[in-house]
Amino acid sequence: MSAKLKRRDVVSALLSGRGELLVIAGLGSTAWDCTAAGDHPLNFPLWGAMGQAAMIGLGLALAQPARQVLVITGDGEMLMGLGSLATIGVQKPGNLSVVVIDNERYGETGMQRTHTAHGVDLAAVARACGFAHAETVTATQGLAPLRRAIHERPGPNFAAVKVAAGKIPLVLPPRDGALLKARFRRALLGEAADQQ
Amino acid sequence: MTPDWPLEIHRALSQAQVRLVGYVPDAGHKRLIELCHADRAMRAVTLTTEEDGIGLATGGWLAGERSVLLMQSSGVGNIINALGTVRECRIPLPMIVTMRGEHGEFNPWQVPMGQATPAVLAAMGVVVHPVREGGQLGAAVDAALRLAYNSYAAVAVLISQRIVGIKSFQEQAGQ
Repeated sequence: MSAKLKRRDVVSALLSGRGELLVIAGLGSTAWDCTAAGDHPLNFPLWGAMGQAAMIGLGLALAQPARQVLVITGDGEMLMGLGSLATIGVQKPGNLSVVVIDNERYGETGMQRTHTAHGVDLAAVARACGFAHAETVTATQGLAPLRRAIHERPGPNFAAVKVAAGKIPLVLPPRDGALLKARFRRALLGEAADQQ
Repeated sequence: MTPDWPLEIHRALSQAQVRLVGYVPDAGHKRLIELCHADRAMRAVTLTTEEDGIGLATGGWLAGERSVLLMQSSGVGNIINALGTVRECRIPLPMIVTMRGEHGEFNPWQVPMGQATPAVLAAMGVVVHPVREGGQLGAAVDAALRLAYNSYAAVAVLISQRIVGIKSFQEQAGQ
């Protein structure tokens, strides 16, 4: 059965009314998706560091326990950092959610199939690693509960959202890493960020 | 008398208000890891691979918290691409690396990465500070932390195998 959900619709739904949510976006399509939903100083979109999105989310969540943290990344990116799911399962940050936008493809490099196209079940991996909640979402009805969970449910939460594979227009965030870091820190910490 | 260098490194980390300690264990870091776990002001996080410590430190710094990464020289091979992020984003990243494949190594498989460690770090723009005397480690780590946090730089203190002093598999297993 091929996935029907459209990735941009999914990410827009999850980020609607985002409030003070802190967002790490994995490199490639998920960074473009988050930007398409509205560039925001509390987005940290990655242009490299494949495999590190969930760990950056963990560092953020441990350092800011009073804030909700959302990692939105792709299946290829997540597969490169599976060990991070084990580390998150051990650390158990209640304020962290990891959402994989799973098109079962390496979308930036020619749409080659990832392991999830061959049945690797990322939600089962997350569950086995000790996430408090882990699910696979395949229909629109699953998005509103997932959005609520990201804001309210004690985690760590994990969801793989199956989306259609297809080419869509690029919507690019700023590229300068130092700029992205500085604007995120200022938005989160205020002017004190500049004095650290 | 051998200086208590793990205690001196822990003191330097504590004084610098380091709060997140990411590590992949090494026998040479055993006591420092225990000191960090016992310190209620620090969160010591076991990693499955060293590069995850770069992500942890990046996320911590985005939120205003100071980190350190502890590893063995073999781990330096695992972090190369992730160091690109640290440089591009100017994330302060102190690393404390126990050397293998260097002074009196007993495992030939450790030698290639151990010998390449300073060059690999330097190639990625990391400030490299080798230390060969245990008595100099506390001051060296203190200086590395200042450089990293005042200059938003990646800095690696390399602890010579001469200081760690493990000379055989048997000795390592008996740690």
